[in-house]
Amino acid sequence: MNKVVANADEAIKGIESGMTLMLGGFGLCGIPENCIAALVRKGVNNLTCISNNAGVDDFGIGLMLQQKQVKKMISSYVGENAEFERQLLSGELEVELIPQGTLATRCMASGYGMPAVYLLAGVGTEVAEGKEVRNFNGKDYLLEYAFDSDFAIVKAWKGDAQGNLIYKDTARNFNPMMAMAGKITIAEVEELVPVGELHPNEIHTPGIYVHRIFQGKDYEKRIEQRTTRKK
Amino acid sequence: MALNKEQIAQRIAKELQNGFYVNLGIGIPTLVANYIPEGVNVVLQSENGLLGMGPFPFEGEEDADLINAGKQTITTLPGSAFFDSAMSFGMIRAGKVDLTVLGAMEVADNGDIANWKIPGKMVKGMGGAMDLVAAAKNIIVAMQHTNPKGESKLLPKCSLPLTGVKCVKKVVTDLGVFDITTDGFRCLEYAPGVTIDEIKAKTAGRLVIADDVKEMVF
Repeated sequence: MNKVVANADEAIKGIESGMTLMLGGFGLCGIPENCIAALVRKGVNNLTCISNNAGVDDFGIGLMLQQKQVKKMISSYVGENAEFERQLLSGELEVELIPQGTLATRCMASGYGMPAVYLLAGVGTEVAEGKEVRNFNGKDYLLEYAFDSDFAIVKAWKGDAQGNLIYKDTARNFNPMMAMAGKITIAEVEELVPVGELHPNEIHTPGIYVHRIFQGKDYEKRIEQRTTRKK
Repeated sequence: MALNKEQIAQRIAKELQNGFYVNLGIGIPTLVANYIPEGVNVVLQSENGLLGMGPFPFEGEEDADLINAGKQTITTLPGSAFFDSAMSFGMIRAGKVDLTVLGAMEVADNGDIANWKIPGKMVKGMGGAMDLVAAAKNIIVAMQHTNPKGESKLLPKCSLPLTGVKCVKKVVTDLGVFDITTDGFRCLEYAPGVTIDEIKAKTAGRLVIADDVKEMVF
């Protein structure tokens, strides 16, 4: 089985305007940089993007916002982006804010084949408006539905032609559950290694969830908050 | 003298117990890590996927793949573990995290908290705050007692959209330490030089003063 494609442009074939995409990453950590650049080149628009954050003005999903490719963002925190704010206030962009754990779990539910889950976050707040509430063991929970997405785009550290993936450090974040949730899942990796090189014990995402994989290039891996101490 | 931010963090650090798994929010809560008492071993959870968060890296050793929930570069410690976001909030939801410390715009005397949205202003999102407050066993709020206009942030009812209901257990402000009880805010300690009258004047919610109320010791 060989799921390898040549590059990001080939990997995003079939992504059309109006589709719903999941994009992995937390802040700028573990984002699919190559595929975002390819989506900007392709110029698809009216996209609904499910991603924890919306990038910064000149990087990550911010690059797609600059080109007005995003119709709706589904995120937990969108703080670091002036263009995002401008489009939101002018009504060009819709945003649905979801508690971070609920966002992760709605992706997870999708990848586990569960249509919905009952979750605690947001009970008694405006997040609960319009949602079914059910009491279990004396506590109220909200019914939250699994996300439906056309494509999931994730970034991993290492991967092989079978689609097996290993993530690095906290760049794992939303990538594994989004990889599991895509109808079609695209993985870009820093190192595409020969099949057999990744130890089966160490694989985070089994290749069954991944449809296309490619060796990414020119990773910038920007740091949002560079904090250090002196030696 | 009212406490400064470092002192609020220092006071909260005394609540840490050996063996606790702790999630520290952004702002004053982050500073708590600098004052963990000697002999107390805690494991810091960062909700973007790390248990065993270490200090900031040395200059030149920053790694873009290793950040905390505030997107700051950090390090690991011996015994650290990485995991994905679903598992991270799974452990929070399942009550495995012993203590959550977070900031707030308002706290009500029944334990309601508001810290994510001001109507009319750009809404940035709740991040993981709603998940944390809904599930953590023990929630301590670190905040100033009053807002920049001098109005009390300890209220009978939150005026801002809620983050969570009846969840805060304790509030540490620049003026004192308060438990949330069925009688409202119970003042256990006051900051050095702060009077009970000042606390009464600046607390809008129901307030009771503990019989054994005492001055905070550092």
